[in-house]
Amino acid sequence: MSGYFCELYSGTKSLFVGLGITFRYMLKPVVTLQYPHESLPMSARFRGHIELIGDEETGAPKCVVCGMCQKGCPSNCISLAGEKPEGGKGKVLTSYILDFTKCSLCGQCVESCKFGAIRFSKDYNLAGPRKEAYIFDLLKRLEEKGR
Amino acid sequence: MNEPDCNPNQETFVINLGPQHPATHGVLRVKLTMDGEYIVHAEPVLGYIHRMHEKMGENRTWAQFLPNTARLDYLGALSYNHGYVQVVERAAGIEVPERAEYIRVITVELNRIASHLLWYGAFVLDLGGFTPLLYAFDDREHVLDLLESVTGARLTFCYFRFGGVYNDIDEPFITGTRAFIKRLRSRLPDYHNLVTKNIIMIKRLKEVGPISAEMCRRYGATGPVLRGSGVCYDVRKNEPYSVYPELDFDIPVYSECDSMARYMVRMDEIDQCLRIIEQALDKLPDGPVMAEKAPKIIKPPVGDYYGAVEAARGTFGIRVVSDGTNTPYRMKLRSPTFSNLSLFGEASRGMLLADALALMGSLDLVIPEIDR
Repeated sequence: MSGYFCELYSGTKSLFVGLGITFRYMLKPVVTLQYPHESLPMSARFRGHIELIGDEETGAPKCVVCGMCQKGCPSNCISLAGEKPEGGKGKVLTSYILDFTKCSLCGQCVESCKFGAIRFSKDYNLAGPRKEAYIFDLLKRLEEKGR
Repeated sequence: MNEPDCNPNQETFVINLGPQHPATHGVLRVKLTMDGEYIVHAEPVLGYIHRMHEKMGENRTWAQFLPNTARLDYLGALSYNHGYVQVVERAAGIEVPERAEYIRVITVELNRIASHLLWYGAFVLDLGGFTPLLYAFDDREHVLDLLESVTGARLTFCYFRFGGVYNDIDEPFITGTRAFIKRLRSRLPDYHNLVTKNIIMIKRLKEVGPISAEMCRRYGATGPVLRGSGVCYDVRKNEPYSVYPELDFDIPVYSECDSMARYMVRMDEIDQCLRIIEQALDKLPDGPVMAEKAPKIIKPPVGDYYGAVEAARGTFGIRVVSDGTNTPYRMKLRSPTFSNLSLFGEASRGMLLADALALMGSLDLVIPEIDR
Protein backbone atom coordinates (compact mmCIF):
# COMPACT_ATOMS: atom_id res chain seq x y z
CA MET A 1 0.00 0.00 0.00
CA SER A 2 2.83 2.39 0.85
CA GLY A 3 4.34 1.63 -2.56
CA TYR A 4 1.13 2.80 -4.17
CA PHE A 5 1.22 6.14 -2.38
CA CYS A 6 4.94 6.52 -3.07
CA GLU A 7 4.29 6.04 -6.77
CA LEU A 8 1.35 8.41 -6.65
CA TYR A 9 3.56 11.05 -5.06
CA SER A 10 6.58 10.60 -7.34
CA GLY A 11 4.35 10.31 -10.42
CA THR A 12 2.49 13.51 -9.65
CA LYS A 13 5.77 15.22 -8.90
CA SER A 14 7.21 14.13 -12.27
CA LEU A 15 4.24 15.71 -14.04
CA PHE A 16 4.77 19.00 -12.26
CA VAL A 17 8.51 18.93 -13.01
CA GLY A 18 7.61 18.54 -16.68
CA LEU A 19 5.11 21.38 -16.48
CA GLY A 20 7.81 23.51 -14.85
CA ILE A 21 10.12 22.91 -17.80
CA THR A 22 7.49 23.82 -20.38
CA PHE A 23 6.64 26.93 -18.35
CA ARG A 24 10.30 27.94 -18.31
CA TYR A 25 10.54 27.50 -22.07
CA MET A 26 7.36 29.51 -22.52
CA LEU A 27 9.11 32.55 -21.07
CA LYS A 28 12.18 32.13 -23.29
CA PRO A 29 12.54 34.03 -26.57
CA VAL A 30 10.82 32.66 -29.67
CA VAL A 31 13.08 30.45 -31.82
CA THR A 32 10.96 30.32 -34.98
CA LEU A 33 10.70 32.84 -37.80
CA GLN A 34 7.55 34.16 -39.43
CA TYR A 35 8.30 32.76 -42.89
CA PRO A 36 7.73 34.11 -45.58
CA HIS A 37 7.81 37.56 -43.94
CA GLU A 38 11.21 36.75 -42.46
CA SER A 39 13.81 34.30 -43.67
CA LEU A 40 17.31 33.25 -42.71
CA PRO A 41 20.33 33.96 -44.93
CA MET A 42 21.34 31.02 -47.09
CA SER A 43 24.60 29.31 -46.20
CA ALA A 44 27.46 29.97 -48.60
CA ARG A 45 27.74 26.34 -49.69
CA PHE A 46 24.03 25.77 -50.23
CA ARG A 47 23.45 23.47 -53.17
CA GLY A 48 20.56 24.66 -55.29
CA HIS A 49 20.06 23.73 -58.93
CA ILE A 50 23.07 24.50 -61.13
CA GLU A 51 23.54 27.66 -63.14
CA LEU A 52 26.01 28.72 -65.80
CA ILE A 53 28.76 31.19 -64.98
CA GLY A 54 29.30 33.97 -67.47
CA ASP A 55 32.61 35.50 -68.42
CA GLU A 56 33.15 38.65 -66.36
CA GLU A 57 33.92 40.85 -69.36
CA THR A 58 31.80 39.54 -72.18
CA GLY A 59 29.03 37.86 -70.21
CA ALA A 60 29.23 34.85 -72.52
CA PRO A 61 29.16 31.44 -70.81
CA LYS A 62 32.52 30.00 -69.81
CA CYS A 63 31.33 26.57 -70.97
CA VAL A 64 33.41 24.97 -73.73
CA VAL A 65 30.88 22.18 -74.46
CA CYS A 66 33.19 19.35 -73.39
CA GLY A 67 30.20 17.40 -72.08
CA MET A 68 31.84 16.18 -68.87
CA CYS A 69 28.91 17.37 -66.75
CA GLN A 70 26.55 15.45 -68.98
CA LYS A 71 28.66 12.29 -68.62
CA GLY A 72 29.07 12.66 -64.86
CA CYS A 73 25.38 13.13 -64.14
CA PRO A 74 23.86 9.98 -62.59
CA SER A 75 20.34 10.78 -63.75
CA ASN A 76 20.93 12.20 -67.24
CA CYS A 77 19.45 15.59 -66.36
CA ILE A 78 21.76 17.66 -68.51
CA SER A 79 21.54 18.04 -72.26
CA LEU A 80 23.74 20.56 -73.97
CA ALA A 81 24.69 21.43 -77.51
CA GLY A 82 27.27 23.63 -79.13
CA GLU A 83 28.50 24.55 -82.56
CA LYS A 84 31.80 25.56 -84.01
CA PRO A 85 31.67 29.09 -85.40
CA GLU A 86 33.31 29.64 -88.76
CA GLY A 87 36.86 30.77 -88.31
CA GLY A 88 36.49 30.66 -84.54
CA LYS A 89 38.40 28.51 -82.09
CA GLY A 90 36.60 25.85 -80.07
CA LYS A 91 32.90 25.29 -79.63
CA VAL A 92 30.29 27.81 -78.54
CA LEU A 93 27.40 26.79 -76.32
CA THR A 94 24.04 27.02 -78.10
CA SER A 95 21.77 25.35 -75.56
CA TYR A 96 22.02 24.02 -72.02
CA ILE A 97 18.90 22.35 -70.68
CA LEU A 98 18.65 21.09 -67.09
CA ASP A 99 15.83 18.67 -66.33
CA PHE A 100 15.41 19.52 -62.66
CA THR A 101 12.66 16.90 -62.18
CA LYS A 102 15.37 14.21 -62.20
CA CYS A 103 18.20 16.11 -60.48
CA SER A 104 19.22 14.96 -56.99
CA LEU A 105 21.65 17.85 -56.36
CA CYS A 106 24.62 15.52 -55.93
CA GLY A 107 27.06 17.97 -57.51
CA GLN A 108 28.86 15.53 -59.80
CA CYS A 109 28.46 18.01 -62.68
CA VAL A 110 30.05 20.89 -60.79
CA GLU A 111 32.93 18.68 -59.69
CA SER A 112 33.55 17.25 -63.14
CA CYS A 113 33.70 20.71 -64.76
CA LYS A 114 37.34 21.62 -65.28
CA PHE A 115 36.56 25.09 -66.62
CA GLY A 116 34.62 26.48 -63.67
CA ALA A 117 31.63 27.06 -65.90
CA ILE A 118 28.82 25.88 -63.59
CA ARG A 119 27.98 26.48 -59.97
CA PHE A 120 25.13 25.91 -57.54
CA SER A 121 22.52 28.63 -57.35
CA LYS A 122 20.94 29.82 -54.11
CA ASP A 123 17.50 29.47 -55.58
CA TYR A 124 15.30 27.47 -53.22
CA ASN A 125 11.85 28.94 -53.74
CA LEU A 126 10.92 26.47 -56.41
CA ALA A 127 7.28 25.68 -56.98
CA GLY A 128 5.51 25.17 -60.24
CA PRO A 129 2.13 23.98 -61.48
CA ARG A 130 3.44 21.53 -64.08
CA LYS A 131 6.45 19.51 -65.06
CA GLU A 132 7.60 21.93 -67.77
CA ALA A 133 8.29 24.55 -65.10
CA TYR A 134 11.30 22.47 -64.06
CA ILE A 135 12.94 22.13 -67.44
CA PHE A 136 15.41 24.98 -67.06
CA ASP A 137 17.06 26.64 -70.02
CA LEU A 138 20.23 27.72 -68.24
CA LEU A 139 21.64 29.64 -71.21
CA LYS A 140 18.51 31.79 -71.38
CA ARG A 141 18.70 32.36 -67.62
CA LEU A 142 22.29 33.53 -67.93
CA GLU A 143 21.37 35.93 -70.72
CA GLU A 144 18.47 37.33 -68.68
CA LYS A 145 20.77 37.77 -65.71
CA GLY A 146 23.32 39.62 -67.84
CA ARG A 147 20.79 42.14 -68.99
CA MET B 1 -3.03 -12.74 -23.81
CA ASN B 2 -6.75 -12.79 -23.44
CA GLU B 3 -8.25 -15.54 -21.34
CA PRO B 4 -9.68 -18.22 -23.65
CA ASP B 5 -13.15 -18.03 -22.07
CA CYS B 6 -13.44 -14.34 -23.02
CA ASN B 7 -13.46 -15.33 -26.66
CA PRO B 8 -14.79 -18.90 -26.81
CA ASN B 9 -15.20 -19.05 -30.59
CA GLN B 10 -11.69 -17.64 -31.19
CA GLU B 11 -13.16 -14.89 -33.35
CA THR B 12 -10.59 -12.50 -34.75
CA PHE B 13 -10.64 -9.60 -37.15
CA VAL B 14 -8.03 -8.07 -39.42
CA ILE B 15 -7.07 -4.42 -39.49
CA ASN B 16 -4.53 -2.65 -41.63
CA LEU B 17 -2.08 -0.39 -39.88
CA GLY B 18 -0.90 1.81 -42.73
CA PRO B 19 0.33 2.17 -45.44
CA GLN B 20 -0.77 5.72 -44.63
CA HIS B 21 -0.65 5.85 -40.87
CA PRO B 22 1.10 8.46 -38.73
CA ALA B 23 2.60 5.87 -36.37
CA THR B 24 4.38 3.97 -39.12
CA HIS B 25 6.30 7.10 -40.21
CA GLY B 26 6.15 6.29 -43.87
CA VAL B 27 4.48 3.81 -46.13
CA LEU B 28 4.75 0.69 -44.04
CA ARG B 29 1.70 -1.54 -43.84
CA VAL B 30 1.21 -3.96 -41.00
CA LYS B 31 -1.62 -6.47 -41.30
CA LEU B 32 -2.85 -7.08 -37.79
CA THR B 33 -5.05 -10.00 -36.79
CA MET B 34 -6.73 -8.85 -33.63
CA ASP B 35 -8.56 -10.52 -30.81
CA GLY B 36 -10.28 -7.46 -29.39
CA GLU B 37 -7.51 -5.11 -28.30
CA TYR B 38 -4.88 -7.86 -28.42
CA ILE B 39 -2.68 -8.75 -31.36
CA VAL B 40 -2.85 -12.39 -32.44
CA HIS B 41 -0.65 -12.01 -35.47
CA ALA B 42 1.17 -9.10 -37.07
CA GLU B 43 2.52 -9.27 -40.58
CA PRO B 44 4.55 -6.35 -41.98
CA VAL B 45 3.85 -5.83 -45.68
CA LEU B 46 6.72 -4.15 -47.47
CA GLY B 47 7.44 -2.79 -50.89
CA TYR B 48 5.38 0.41 -51.06
CA ILE B 49 8.46 2.56 -51.55
CA HIS B 50 10.80 0.12 -53.25
CA ARG B 51 13.07 2.00 -55.69
CA MET B 52 15.53 -0.69 -56.81
CA HIS B 53 18.60 0.98 -55.34
CA GLU B 54 20.63 -2.21 -55.67
CA LYS B 55 19.78 -2.54 -59.34
CA MET B 56 20.45 1.15 -59.86
CA GLY B 57 23.91 0.56 -58.42
CA GLU B 58 24.63 -1.95 -61.16
CA ASN B 59 23.65 0.49 -63.87
CA ARG B 60 25.78 3.49 -63.03
CA THR B 61 29.41 4.18 -62.34
CA TRP B 62 30.84 3.83 -58.85
CA ALA B 63 30.80 7.58 -58.23
CA GLN B 64 27.33 8.01 -59.66
CA PHE B 65 25.87 5.76 -56.96
CA LEU B 66 26.98 8.17 -54.19
CA PRO B 67 23.78 10.27 -54.11
CA ASN B 68 21.71 7.07 -53.85
CA THR B 69 23.27 6.16 -50.52
CA ALA B 70 21.80 9.33 -49.00
CA ARG B 71 18.33 8.26 -50.03
CA LEU B 72 18.26 4.98 -48.18
CA ASP B 73 18.05 6.34 -44.67
CA TYR B 74 17.36 10.01 -45.17
CA LEU B 75 17.71 10.73 -41.43
CA GLY B 76 21.23 9.40 -41.08
CA ALA B 77 22.48 9.78 -44.63
CA LEU B 78 26.13 10.37 -43.81
CA SER B 79 26.62 6.94 -42.21
CA TYR B 80 25.45 5.36 -45.45
CA ASN B 81 27.73 7.64 -47.48
CA HIS B 82 30.52 6.53 -45.18
CA GLY B 83 29.80 2.83 -45.55
CA TYR B 84 29.79 3.03 -49.33
CA VAL B 85 32.91 5.15 -49.82
CA GLN B 86 34.75 3.03 -47.30
CA VAL B 87 34.15 -0.26 -49.06
CA VAL B 88 35.00 1.19 -52.47
CA GLU B 89 38.16 2.81 -51.09
CA ARG B 90 39.23 -0.53 -49.68
CA ALA B 91 38.48 -2.23 -53.00
CA ALA B 92 40.36 0.33 -55.06
CA GLY B 93 43.17 0.73 -52.55
CA ILE B 94 42.72 4.45 -51.95
CA GLU B 95 44.39 5.95 -48.88
CA VAL B 96 42.30 8.58 -47.10
CA PRO B 97 44.08 11.54 -45.42
CA GLU B 98 43.75 11.60 -41.66
CA ARG B 99 42.03 14.99 -41.60
CA ALA B 100 39.35 13.68 -43.92
CA GLU B 101 38.76 10.69 -41.63
CA TYR B 102 38.33 12.99 -38.63
CA ILE B 103 35.93 15.22 -40.56
CA ARG B 104 33.97 12.11 -41.54
CA VAL B 105 33.67 11.03 -37.92
CA ILE B 106 32.62 14.51 -36.75
CA THR B 107 29.92 14.88 -39.41
CA VAL B 108 28.66 11.30 -39.06
CA GLU B 109 28.28 11.70 -35.31
CA LEU B 110 26.50 15.04 -35.74
CA ASN B 111 24.18 13.28 -38.15
CA ARG B 112 23.62 10.49 -35.62
CA ILE B 113 22.61 13.08 -33.01
CA ALA B 114 20.19 14.67 -35.49
CA SER B 115 18.72 11.25 -36.23
CA HIS B 116 18.30 10.35 -32.56
CA LEU B 117 16.78 13.75 -31.80
CA LEU B 118 14.19 13.26 -34.51
CA TRP B 119 13.49 9.76 -33.25
CA TYR B 120 13.10 11.12 -29.70
CA GLY B 121 10.54 13.68 -30.85
CA ALA B 122 8.63 11.27 -33.07
CA PHE B 123 8.66 8.47 -30.50
CA VAL B 124 7.21 10.64 -27.76
CA LEU B 125 4.70 11.95 -30.30
CA ASP B 126 3.62 8.35 -30.97
CA LEU B 127 2.96 7.99 -27.26
CA GLY B 128 0.87 11.15 -27.23
CA GLY B 129 3.35 13.78 -26.01
CA PHE B 130 3.64 16.70 -28.37
CA THR B 131 5.91 19.21 -26.61
CA PRO B 132 9.23 17.27 -26.60
CA LEU B 133 9.09 17.10 -30.40
CA LEU B 134 9.38 20.88 -30.58
CA TYR B 135 12.40 20.97 -28.26
CA ALA B 136 14.11 18.14 -30.15
CA PHE B 137 13.50 19.83 -33.49
CA ASP B 138 14.92 23.08 -32.14
CA ASP B 139 18.19 21.31 -31.32
CA ARG B 140 18.13 19.27 -34.50
CA GLU B 141 17.84 22.48 -36.49
CA HIS B 142 21.19 23.57 -35.08
CA VAL B 143 22.81 20.33 -36.27
CA LEU B 144 21.27 20.70 -39.71
CA ASP B 145 22.52 24.29 -39.94
CA LEU B 146 26.03 23.10 -39.10
CA LEU B 147 25.91 20.28 -41.61
CA GLU B 148 24.43 22.55 -44.26
CA SER B 149 27.33 24.96 -43.83
CA VAL B 150 29.81 22.22 -44.85
CA THR B 151 27.84 19.87 -47.08
CA GLY B 152 25.41 22.25 -48.76
CA ALA B 153 22.41 20.05 -48.00
CA ARG B 154 20.16 19.65 -45.00
CA LEU B 155 18.99 16.08 -45.30
CA THR B 156 20.16 14.05 -48.28
CA PHE B 157 23.86 14.72 -47.85
CA CYS B 158 26.30 13.62 -50.50
CA TYR B 159 29.46 14.80 -48.82
CA PHE B 160 32.03 12.01 -48.84
CA ARG B 161 34.06 11.16 -51.91
CA PHE B 162 36.35 8.26 -52.73
CA GLY B 163 39.57 9.41 -51.09
CA GLY B 164 38.25 12.11 -48.79
CA VAL B 165 35.50 14.65 -48.43
CA TYR B 166 34.03 17.21 -50.80
CA ASN B 167 34.77 20.35 -48.76
CA ASP B 168 37.08 21.19 -45.91
CA ILE B 169 35.52 22.33 -42.65
CA ASP B 170 36.15 25.90 -41.59
CA GLU B 171 36.60 27.79 -38.34
CA PRO B 172 32.93 28.88 -38.00
CA PHE B 173 31.91 25.21 -38.26
CA ILE B 174 34.31 24.21 -35.48
CA THR B 175 33.24 27.00 -33.13
CA GLY B 176 29.60 26.37 -34.04
CA THR B 177 29.97 22.67 -33.24
CA ARG B 178 31.62 23.40 -29.89
CA ALA B 179 28.81 25.80 -29.05
CA PHE B 180 26.27 23.16 -30.04
CA ILE B 181 27.91 20.54 -27.79
CA LYS B 182 27.62 22.94 -24.86
CA ARG B 183 24.06 23.78 -25.74
CA LEU B 184 22.87 20.17 -26.08
CA ARG B 185 24.61 19.17 -22.84
CA SER B 186 22.64 21.87 -21.02
CA ARG B 187 19.41 20.72 -22.66
CA LEU B 188 19.73 16.96 -22.09
CA PRO B 189 18.77 17.17 -18.37
CA ASP B 190 15.56 18.91 -19.46
CA TYR B 191 14.87 16.07 -21.90
CA HIS B 192 15.26 13.56 -19.11
CA ASN B 193 13.20 15.50 -16.59
CA LEU B 194 10.46 16.12 -19.12
CA VAL B 195 10.24 12.65 -20.66
CA THR B 196 12.45 9.96 -19.12
CA LYS B 197 11.24 10.53 -15.57
CA ASN B 198 7.64 11.21 -16.59
CA ILE B 199 5.31 8.72 -14.94
CA ILE B 200 3.16 8.25 -18.06
CA MET B 201 6.26 7.50 -20.12
CA ILE B 202 7.53 5.01 -17.54
CA LYS B 203 4.17 3.25 -17.38
CA ARG B 204 4.00 3.01 -21.17
CA LEU B 205 7.55 1.74 -21.69
CA LYS B 206 8.83 -0.16 -18.64
CA GLU B 207 8.46 -3.93 -19.01
CA VAL B 208 6.57 -3.44 -22.26
CA GLY B 209 7.62 -4.96 -25.58
CA PRO B 210 10.27 -7.42 -24.49
CA ILE B 211 12.80 -8.38 -27.15
CA SER B 212 15.29 -10.95 -25.92
CA ALA B 213 18.89 -11.13 -27.05
CA GLU B 214 18.14 -14.56 -28.47
CA MET B 215 15.32 -13.12 -30.62
CA CYS B 216 17.64 -10.34 -31.82
CA ARG B 217 20.19 -12.93 -32.89
CA ARG B 218 17.60 -14.98 -34.76
CA TYR B 219 16.39 -11.99 -36.77
CA GLY B 220 19.76 -10.27 -37.10
CA ALA B 221 18.64 -7.16 -35.24
CA THR B 222 21.42 -4.68 -34.56
CA GLY B 223 21.96 -1.20 -33.22
CA PRO B 224 20.07 0.22 -30.25
CA VAL B 225 17.55 -2.67 -30.45
CA LEU B 226 20.31 -5.21 -29.81
CA ARG B 227 22.07 -3.04 -27.23
CA GLY B 228 18.75 -2.58 -25.42
CA SER B 229 18.68 -6.38 -25.07
CA GLY B 230 21.93 -6.50 -23.19
CA VAL B 231 24.30 -7.39 -26.04
CA CYS B 232 27.27 -5.08 -26.34
CA TYR B 233 27.72 -5.02 -30.10
CA ASP B 234 28.68 -1.92 -32.00
CA VAL B 235 30.62 -2.00 -35.27
CA ARG B 236 32.60 1.04 -34.14
CA LYS B 237 34.09 -1.06 -31.32
CA ASN B 238 33.82 -4.63 -32.59
CA GLU B 239 35.17 -4.08 -36.09
CA PRO B 240 36.76 -0.64 -35.75
CA TYR B 241 36.93 1.48 -38.87
CA SER B 242 37.97 5.05 -39.68
CA VAL B 243 39.54 6.77 -36.64
CA TYR B 244 37.16 5.36 -34.03
CA PRO B 245 39.93 3.30 -32.31
CA GLU B 246 41.71 6.55 -31.45
CA LEU B 247 38.68 8.01 -29.70
CA ASP B 248 37.51 7.16 -26.23
CA PHE B 249 33.80 6.42 -25.94
CA ASP B 250 31.48 3.91 -24.31
CA ILE B 251 28.78 1.75 -25.81
CA PRO B 252 25.57 2.13 -23.79
CA VAL B 253 24.04 -1.25 -23.04
CA TYR B 254 20.84 -1.97 -21.12
CA SER B 255 19.76 -5.49 -20.31
CA GLU B 256 16.10 -4.86 -19.47
CA CYS B 257 15.03 -5.81 -23.04
CA ASP B 258 11.96 -3.52 -22.87
CA SER B 259 11.02 -0.39 -24.82
CA MET B 260 12.50 1.75 -22.05
CA ALA B 261 15.92 0.08 -22.48
CA ARG B 262 15.95 0.90 -26.19
CA TYR B 263 14.93 4.46 -25.37
CA MET B 264 17.74 4.80 -22.82
CA VAL B 265 20.34 3.38 -25.21
CA ARG B 266 19.60 6.10 -27.74
CA MET B 267 19.53 8.86 -25.15
CA ASP B 268 22.90 7.74 -23.78
CA GLU B 269 24.24 7.46 -27.29
CA ILE B 270 23.56 11.17 -27.87
CA ASP B 271 25.81 11.83 -24.89
CA GLN B 272 28.53 9.55 -26.27
CA CYS B 273 28.28 11.19 -29.72
CA LEU B 274 29.00 14.54 -28.07
CA ARG B 275 32.08 13.00 -26.43
CA ILE B 276 33.30 11.62 -29.75
CA ILE B 277 32.82 14.93 -31.55
CA GLU B 278 34.57 16.85 -28.80
CA GLN B 279 37.63 14.56 -28.91
CA ALA B 280 37.71 14.51 -32.72
CA LEU B 281 37.67 18.32 -32.79
CA ASP B 282 40.55 18.42 -30.31
CA LYS B 283 42.61 15.92 -32.29
CA LEU B 284 41.74 17.31 -35.74
CA PRO B 285 45.02 17.30 -37.69
CA ASP B 286 45.96 19.70 -40.49
CA GLY B 287 46.46 18.54 -44.02
CA PRO B 288 44.56 17.78 -47.18
CA VAL B 289 40.98 16.51 -47.15
CA MET B 290 41.28 14.63 -50.41
CA ALA B 291 43.80 11.94 -51.31
CA GLU B 292 46.22 13.23 -53.92
CA LYS B 293 46.37 9.93 -55.75
CA ALA B 294 42.61 9.37 -55.84
CA PRO B 295 41.78 8.35 -59.40
CA LYS B 296 39.09 10.26 -61.26
CA ILE B 297 37.59 7.12 -62.72
CA ILE B 298 37.30 4.30 -60.23
CA LYS B 299 37.82 0.74 -61.48
CA PRO B 300 38.35 -1.53 -58.47
CA PRO B 301 40.14 -4.81 -59.23
CA VAL B 302 38.01 -7.91 -59.74
CA GLY B 303 36.77 -9.16 -56.41
CA ASP B 304 34.11 -9.37 -53.77
CA TYR B 305 34.18 -6.72 -51.04
CA TYR B 306 32.17 -6.20 -47.88
CA GLY B 307 32.21 -3.35 -45.42
CA ALA B 308 30.02 -2.38 -42.49
CA VAL B 309 29.45 0.76 -40.49
CA GLU B 310 27.40 1.55 -37.42
CA ALA B 311 24.53 3.71 -38.66
CA ALA B 312 22.08 5.39 -36.30
CA ARG B 313 19.75 2.39 -36.54
CA GLY B 314 22.24 -0.45 -36.54
CA THR B 315 24.75 -2.18 -38.74
CA PHE B 316 24.68 -1.03 -42.32
CA GLY B 317 26.55 -3.53 -44.44
CA ILE B 318 27.37 -3.17 -48.08
CA ARG B 319 28.72 -5.84 -50.38
CA VAL B 320 30.03 -4.91 -53.78
CA VAL B 321 31.27 -7.24 -56.47
CA SER B 322 33.57 -5.71 -59.02
CA ASP B 323 34.30 -7.17 -62.44
CA GLY B 324 37.02 -4.62 -63.06
CA THR B 325 34.85 -2.21 -65.06
CA ASN B 326 33.64 1.25 -64.12
CA THR B 327 30.25 -0.06 -62.91
CA PRO B 328 29.67 -2.48 -60.04
CA TYR B 329 28.71 -6.01 -61.04
CA ARG B 330 26.58 -6.51 -57.94
CA MET B 331 25.63 -4.26 -55.07
CA LYS B 332 23.99 -5.68 -51.97
CA LEU B 333 22.79 -3.35 -49.25
CA ARG B 334 22.16 -4.78 -45.80
CA SER B 335 19.97 -2.30 -44.01
CA PRO B 336 19.54 -2.47 -40.25
CA THR B 337 15.84 -1.58 -39.99
CA PHE B 338 14.82 -4.42 -42.28
CA SER B 339 16.07 -6.90 -39.70
CA ASN B 340 14.80 -4.80 -36.83
CA LEU B 341 11.30 -4.74 -38.31
CA SER B 342 11.30 -8.49 -39.02
CA LEU B 343 11.10 -9.28 -35.33
CA PHE B 344 8.02 -7.08 -34.85
CA GLY B 345 5.65 -9.92 -35.81
CA GLU B 346 6.97 -12.22 -33.11
CA ALA B 347 7.63 -9.58 -30.47
CA SER B 348 4.17 -8.02 -30.71
CA ARG B 349 2.25 -11.29 -30.38
CA GLY B 350 -0.27 -11.05 -27.55
CA MET B 351 0.37 -7.37 -26.92
CA LEU B 352 -2.15 -4.58 -26.64
CA LEU B 353 -2.30 -2.57 -29.87
CA ALA B 354 -1.25 0.64 -28.09
CA ASP B 355 1.77 -1.11 -26.55
CA ALA B 356 2.72 -2.61 -29.90
CA LEU B 357 2.85 0.90 -31.35
CA ALA B 358 5.18 1.91 -28.53
CA LEU B 359 7.31 -1.12 -29.42
CA MET B 360 7.29 -0.16 -33.08
CA GLY B 361 8.33 3.38 -32.19
CA SER B 362 11.21 2.06 -30.11
CA LEU B 363 12.53 0.16 -33.17
CA ASP B 364 13.12 3.51 -34.92
CA LEU B 365 11.95 2.51 -38.38
CA VAL B 366 12.78 4.43 -41.52
CA ILE B 367 10.72 2.93 -44.31
CA PRO B 368 12.75 3.95 -47.41
CA GLU B 369 15.64 2.12 -45.84
CA ILE B 370 13.65 -1.08 -45.33
CA ASP B 371 12.43 -1.12 -48.93
CA ARG B 372 15.50 0.33 -50.60
